[in-house]
Amino acid sequence: MLGYLASRLAQTVFVLLGVVTVAFLITNLIPADPARMLAGRQASEETVAGIRSQLGLDKPLYMQYGRYVGGLARGDLGRSYQQRTDIRTLLLSRLPATLQLTAGGIFFELLFGIPLGILAALYAGRALDKVVMVFAFLGVSAPQFALGLILLYVFAYRFALLPLGGYGTPQHLILPALTLAVTGAGWYARVMRGAMIETLQADYIRTGTAKGLARRRVVVKHALRNAVLPVIAMIGLDIGLLMGGVVVVESVFAWPGIGQLAWQAIQVLDIPVIMGTVLLTAFFIVLGNLLADLVYPLVDPRIRYG
Amino acid sequence: MIQPHPVRAPRALPRVWRRLLRNGLGLFGGVVVIVFVLLAAFAPLLAPYDPAEQFFDGLTLEGSPLPPDGRFLLGTDLLGRDLLSRLLYGARISLTIGLVANAAALLIGTLLGLLAGYFKGVVGGAIMRFTDVMMAFPALLLAIALSAILRPSLWIVALVIALVNWVQVARVVYAQVLALSENDFVTSAQALGARRGRILFKHLVPHVLPTMLVYGTLGISTTVLLEATLSFLGVGVQPPTPSWGGIISESQSFFFTAPWLVAFPGLAILITAVSFNLVGDALRDALDPRGR
Repeated sequence: MLGYLASRLAQTVFVLLGVVTVAFLITNLIPADPARMLAGRQASEETVAGIRSQLGLDKPLYMQYGRYVGGLARGDLGRSYQQRTDIRTLLLSRLPATLQLTAGGIFFELLFGIPLGILAALYAGRALDKVVMVFAFLGVSAPQFALGLILLYVFAYRFALLPLGGYGTPQHLILPALTLAVTGAGWYARVMRGAMIETLQADYIRTGTAKGLARRRVVVKHALRNAVLPVIAMIGLDIGLLMGGVVVVESVFAWPGIGQLAWQAIQVLDIPVIMGTVLLTAFFIVLGNLLADLVYPLVDPRIRYG
Repeated sequence: MIQPHPVRAPRALPRVWRRLLRNGLGLFGGVVVIVFVLLAAFAPLLAPYDPAEQFFDGLTLEGSPLPPDGRFLLGTDLLGRDLLSRLLYGARISLTIGLVANAAALLIGTLLGLLAGYFKGVVGGAIMRFTDVMMAFPALLLAIALSAILRPSLWIVALVIALVNWVQVARVVYAQVLALSENDFVTSAQALGARRGRILFKHLVPHVLPTMLVYGTLGISTTVLLEATLSFLGVGVQPPTPSWGGIISESQSFFFTAPWLVAFPGLAILITAVSFNLVGDALRDALDPRGR
């Protein structure tokens, strides 16, 4: 177990370093000039050259890379080109909003996905199963940005039940979290249905039924517990999906999180901020995978570490 | 986001057909896909108006878009252009990118997966570690950053999407080839002195084809959604070319007075994505050797 943990941690560090390298190459080999972007169109060549050397962009690429990775090792993510603020501070100030949104998203995903999946499994092959699965397909295929706008129209504009956008109270969270959850809810419903059907076919369920236990008791006491836990343990794998949605949802709902920060930084080519948001997001994705790998064997003893 | 599980080369194609045709939802998806492809192909004949024409009577006196009526069936957009015509032409963009980008992703993914699975060792290890990195890379951010920087045209957007979407395919193909290459038919081909290229393309590729078919179909759904998202964020195909995500993006400011400008393109995206998902899922079930 400890050996496994150590090797997984080493792997995680390696993957993150790979992400840094890929992101660094993409943002630096592009045919665009952040110094020119900062100086403006009218600026003279000298001004642009001045900014370039001030940002260290005139150095060879490997030196810039070395400086960035060296900084990372000390926990220094550099400074924003645009606002000259420290990026770690910037990311930390945006993080609570994104964590809140993600937590809300996971809540709604499980709230809809798990019961619907169980329902579909109990009625497998019948009309109710088909209806639920159609909804699961719709969820997985829904364009989140359009859905978010439509939810805003109906619930915030037409019926004025919820705020139009922004951040702060629990009411503000409901629509963005619902929008973020729609894809994942469909995914959980499908996975949950599969797990439940598999469990219902297991020998111990047949034994339970054979010895005359009530159907409700077999389902709730025996099948449910065994089927639900492994599905919930998959939350970690879901982080990548959520993080993709965060950019879109934050843009639609003016939600002041990491996704919005990334999107703003991309528009003005603020490379250190882009790097920071990519790295932070990748960190969460890797952490999620690691957690899933560690938790899964605990809830499903058939799976072993390795 | 669907669990990869192996699909085998079918022995009996008729059986696969029978299973496909028995899958009601898949059949429905297939019909919708065909209808959408035809609509896109014949857009110039079917569209009631030129998608770029700004009608003088296409706006209200206050200058806001017209709701659906007899003349403009789905209403007009903020420049007084016919929404139905723009949606029909938008289907061409969505489907072209869906097919091209996805075919490219499939090709890259399959090739790298095959190489990694067959050669294992250093080459395979390097390829698979690279996919580890790409799996951790926030795909949407990567796509946004790339297309924001590269000033997107249709082909750039397709390329960007392909660069993001090949990873999943590579991993599935890799796992499958890894399992296959332990089989006797590979060992005996090697023993008979078959060249590596021959083993790869004559013996292994046919077994991977069903997987490619399934992932290729499911991938179109992902691609259409990704293209729409990029266009919505303004880094997809650029106006005045009509794209579904772009129409929604342009209409955002008029949204509360003209909700149809979001609802109809949104529906078009949803229906396309769902249909390809349904077909892909039906294909997987039909090709699954464990199925009955």
